[in-house]
Amino acid sequence: MTTCCGERFLGAGLKTGETLHLSGTPGNAMGAYLDGGEITVQGNVQDAVGDTMNHGTIIVHGSAGDALGYAMRGGEIYVRGSAGYRAGIHMKEYESQKPVLVIGGGAGSFLGEYMAGGLIVVLSMDCADSPAGNFTGTGMHGGKIFIRAQQPLEHLPAQVSQHAATPEDLQEIAAYVTQFAQHFSFDANELLQSQFYVLCPNATNPYHQLYVAN
Amino acid sequence: MGINWIYPEHEVVRNRDRCINCRVCERQCANEVHEYLSEHDKMVCDDAKCVNCHRCVSLCPTRALKIIPSGNTYRPNSNWTNRTINELYRQADTGGVLLSSMGCPQRYPVYFEKILLNASQVTNPSIDPLREPMESKVSLGARPRDIQRDENGRMINNLPPQISLSMPVMFSAMSYGSISYNAHESLARAAQELGILYNTGEGGLHEDFYEYGANTIVQVASGRFGVHSAYLNSGAAIEIKMGQGAKPGIGGHLPGTKIVGDISRTRMIPEGSDAISPAPHHDIYSIEDLRQLVYSLKTVTGHKKPVIVKIAAVHNVTAIASGIARSGADIIAIDGFRGGSGATPTRIRDNVGIPIELALASVDQRLRDEGIRDNVSIIVGGSIRSSADVVKAVALGADCVYIGTSALMALGCHLCRSCHAGKCNWGIATQEPQLTRRLNPDIGHRRLVNLMNAWRHEIKEMMGGMGINSIESLKGNRSMLRGIGLNEKELEILGIRHAGE
Repeated sequence: MTTCCGERFLGAGLKTGETLHLSGTPGNAMGAYLDGGEITVQGNVQDAVGDTMNHGTIIVHGSAGDALGYAMRGGEIYVRGSAGYRAGIHMKEYESQKPVLVIGGGAGSFLGEYMAGGLIVVLSMDCADSPAGNFTGTGMHGGKIFIRAQQPLEHLPAQVSQHAATPEDLQEIAAYVTQFAQHFSFDANELLQSQFYVLCPNATNPYHQLYVAN
Repeated sequence: MGINWIYPEHEVVRNRDRCINCRVCERQCANEVHEYLSEHDKMVCDDAKCVNCHRCVSLCPTRALKIIPSGNTYRPNSNWTNRTINELYRQADTGGVLLSSMGCPQRYPVYFEKILLNASQVTNPSIDPLREPMESKVSLGARPRDIQRDENGRMINNLPPQISLSMPVMFSAMSYGSISYNAHESLARAAQELGILYNTGEGGLHEDFYEYGANTIVQVASGRFGVHSAYLNSGAAIEIKMGQGAKPGIGGHLPGTKIVGDISRTRMIPEGSDAISPAPHHDIYSIEDLRQLVYSLKTVTGHKKPVIVKIAAVHNVTAIASGIARSGADIIAIDGFRGGSGATPTRIRDNVGIPIELALASVDQRLRDEGIRDNVSIIVGGSIRSSADVVKAVALGADCVYIGTSALMALGCHLCRSCHAGKCNWGIATQEPQLTRRLNPDIGHRRLVNLMNAWRHEIKEMMGGMGINSIESLKGNRSMLRGIGLNEKELEILGIRHAGE
């Protein structure tokens, strides 16, 4: 399909070796359950892109709507622009599978809630306000969120700890930032030389102390 | 702190004349209640550790053991019962949220016990299932609204995907992780032999059990554990779990200690990491969003499998069901407030949700009133305890029922309600190898098949007594039901008349 306009479920379950190039604006749940395929979109995407994706790559040359990469378990999503609310909720990693979500602009509220694994990188380009909204990382119990910012994020929930990225931390995202830069013609070194903050879970078992057997 | 204020609920009574100090009880109890004192050549026990699971009682070769209520009581008080006081002490001691297992054990009405079935007398003769053909099969899925014909007048098969069952009972969702490998194998094999379906629950599907795909419902919950396209395509149907009767409105939490070995591989999360299912699906805030998940699942499975949406029975269940029936889902599963769980906060289990009988009757009526009953089939669960409950549920409007607790009891569960401790002595709700191997799937699946075959025959006998020879004729046939001891409002909601009317 060369141009699309709101068609849902495009590329759902696409397997390794299968590719899809789209222009226009695909509809919701594009690339859901993606299983190794590659989707490139010359435009914006809507909600629930990459829902529960297992493996594969999604490259968006515009911005993304809400619930981007919900519960993704593997593969990579690169968004040139910004992401809406609820990006990367309940991402999780497993053995060799490690989901990666790179957002060029900013992200809306609830970024990485219940995150259980994987990597979210917010590059905050052309981002007037805070690069992430409220409730970032609530319930986070695995994975890492990298935010490119001059100042640490404020008002983080108790489950999240934050520190300024060290050179070792940055090595973890260097390959993905380089990929991002290649996809969208940026200078990776310039991006990587900026200040980043890393958000990690405070503990892997956040609910451990909550209960008493009755 | 320091002093335990709570006296043990149960007392392990040992008949010293019968006890031969064989130490079977000691070996069988993962809670370490029993201990052999060699210096005294004597068995002793710690009642405080006993969960009353009856493993030692059942295996004692001389019937030397029994477990009775300890009888110790605070000053009797109808308002502050022993249970209420003990729970308060537990929380004052720890600051913890009370965590329980299995379904609500409290004294709320069981409407199935207040409904009686009809039988034929003199006119409209009854049918003997031993000599007359009787249909216990059911088919679940949406029914087409119209008959479509091609240009030659031939009927076009426009039947949406269906599940075909030999009887209107399925095993409800219980995840691998909450229950053991052997328990899953027992359920899968029994489902295959019986021609019904079991349900993976939200923990993914173990690679060994893909061969039972034709008898499997694969579940998709908010945590999306183990959900990928091969998994979705492996089953006969897909269930979206929106809610559960034992814990409406809250999510699930399998502690990291249970995420070991195969569980980790099947859920596709690292060992030792908590498996947290958020309370809502964070991509579903409306019926329209639900519709999107329904169709994304259909798209990735080639529109070949019916999609079930499971919800807990809550106050506005009729409106929610009406929405689901318009969402593109093929089947609605409703779980009553007595439904079981491997772990649920006590206060939620015992105070949230409504009885399945009322939810079922009102949903069936609402969908009929709106002319959309055929858009979906209805499955109900939440304490179906016998074939009589099945018959009553079908007559109230269900297409099929789910059993969870009843199935586990066939495997050995004694309802000690301690699943959350992970030390199930019957090898069901545990992942400890020395415990799980106690459940032999050869025996387990046979006991499940026995139970279902017995129920199937009883269902046929009850239907035959009413002069009905198929489940389809029983479905929604509320004239076969009468209430006993119910008030006008209850009868109105159930859509039945009082006994004697």
